[in-house]
Amino acid sequence: MIAVRDLRKHYQVHKRPPGLLAAVRSVFHRTYQTVKAVDGITFDIGAGERVGFLGPNGAGKTTTLKVLSGLLHPTSGEVNVDGHTPRRREDAFLKKITLVMGQKQQLLWDLPPAETFEMNRAIYGISRADFVATVKQLTELLELGDLVNKPARQLSLGERMKCELAAALIHRPRVLFLDEPTIGLDVSMQAVIRNFIKAYNEKNGATLMLTSHYMDDVAALCPRVIVIDKGQLSYDGDLDTLVERIRPEKRLVLHLEKPVDAAALSTLGKVVSHDAVRAVLQVPKDAVAATVSRALALGVRDLTVENAPLEEVMSELFSRSRAEREEQAKRAVGT
Amino acid sequence: MSVRATVRALPTLMKVGFAEAVAYRAEMLVWILATTMPVIMMALWTAVAREAPVGRFGEPQFVTYFLVTFIVRQMTGAYAAWEINYEVRQGTLALRLLRPIHPLWHYALNNLAAMPLRLLIAVPVALLLLGVMGRHAVTTDPFLWLLFAVSLFGGWLITYLINALLGVLSFFMESSLKAVNVYFALYMVMSGYLIPVELFPRWLRTASDWLPFRYQIGYPVELATGVYGHGAALEMLARQAGFVALFWAATAVFWRQGLKRFAAYGG
Repeated sequence: MIAVRDLRKHYQVHKRPPGLLAAVRSVFHRTYQTVKAVDGITFDIGAGERVGFLGPNGAGKTTTLKVLSGLLHPTSGEVNVDGHTPRRREDAFLKKITLVMGQKQQLLWDLPPAETFEMNRAIYGISRADFVATVKQLTELLELGDLVNKPARQLSLGERMKCELAAALIHRPRVLFLDEPTIGLDVSMQAVIRNFIKAYNEKNGATLMLTSHYMDDVAALCPRVIVIDKGQLSYDGDLDTLVERIRPEKRLVLHLEKPVDAAALSTLGKVVSHDAVRAVLQVPKDAVAATVSRALALGVRDLTVENAPLEEVMSELFSRSRAEREEQAKRAVGT
Repeated sequence: MSVRATVRALPTLMKVGFAEAVAYRAEMLVWILATTMPVIMMALWTAVAREAPVGRFGEPQFVTYFLVTFIVRQMTGAYAAWEINYEVRQGTLALRLLRPIHPLWHYALNNLAAMPLRLLIAVPVALLLLGVMGRHAVTTDPFLWLLFAVSLFGGWLITYLINALLGVLSFFMESSLKAVNVYFALYMVMSGYLIPVELFPRWLRTASDWLPFRYQIGYPVELATGVYGHGAALEMLARQAGFVALFWAATAVFWRQGLKRFAAYGG
């Protein structure tokens, strides 16, 4: 469905130091720097897959999504989305995809979302019967109710995002590029959006590529993740393997019957956090069973075994790739 | 989006565009007030003509000229330059590019959608003109009225395409709003909006024949006020069509090249 080969997107960025003199100088002479937003990435995504596209800020995630949706022309490399070259922006291609950007809105600001839906119906050439059925389905799944009849500017952020999603899906796209769709939303609204996206994917067999800084989104939606950093691919595979590789240890979350001191807990494993009757321990994977039986002796009301939080895994992954890059740079200077 | 599909979508897009245009009632009122410049110019020039006629313009001719100017300006207005500039700089053009309709068509339809609102103002002024000045203040030649209708569309097309071209320049210039200001100053003076082109010095009048501004306002006004015979009117229409073609081609070329530079900043 999506094939990317050695994709590169480089920008020329005007650089100048702060200050009045530098501002005046920049009128006569400008210096430019090449920024390698995406620097040679290759991957394939099959039809119906849900893939998390992760990386720290400035990694090149959004740039890649914009290239995939035809907004940006790549500097080099090949991109194919369901048989189309995105930069050509053929109508047939645009009718198959959607890009939802959490920080940008397509809703007509002064009008109710229903007007944007109607406008999209006309633009995408959707028959009235299909349109009515789709709006009904989206209204139910997203619990839109009467929101669609209030001016967009009077909606809360969460309400607006629900309507944004509906507007982006009126034409029933087969490929969804979602760039931070839950940004700024509260926990319950994030869950609503996540559930909806999953339901849409399962019901329509749509392919989904998601970027998000909320790891709960990724964990709930994406069995596979692609990680990029500084424009280069640093991981492509399933989420569980990534966690296993970066943080092979398990977390034991203990709810104790009575307070236990830290010294007693530290004999079981590394204490990650501890407050009176709740403690989180980190133990090697193969020592979990033994540690659990020893922990029970302390008087445990409840016990769960978990992976390390995804946030920690990603942070560890990013710091490792940063360290690797620095090491490579040092070696390059040395030679 | 094919032309056929665009035409099919037209009524809905116009309806939504009109709803947007009338969303703010107070802003609408301010906008109406902002279009009254010809009325001010009318007062000024009729005061001058009270002493002695200026060229062929006595008081009645000035009244007719500026009332028709008011109507023509309403019917040929476009404002896409600001919209395109803003959307390129903010990166929100990305959202238009995702839709299967050419953004320049979409801006054009948005601009046209405000036309019924403009008619609400233009029609009473036209009735006032006929009521006060009588039907002989304007041409009675049906052929010239036909050309007038065509020239209004041509005037709108030139105005829109220049706006689009100026907006598209923001792909290359980061912001083209200063260029828009320069255009607007030239447009006000050279189009006949403030001073009838007939009253320009000869060299400036000759220059105005070869610049686009006169074909945006002055030419339709001159058609309605009976300045031209059929031959001269058709010659001017051909020139107007030439400018439409020129700006159409220039906008298409700059759009294609500019889009390659679009960075879709933000988000």
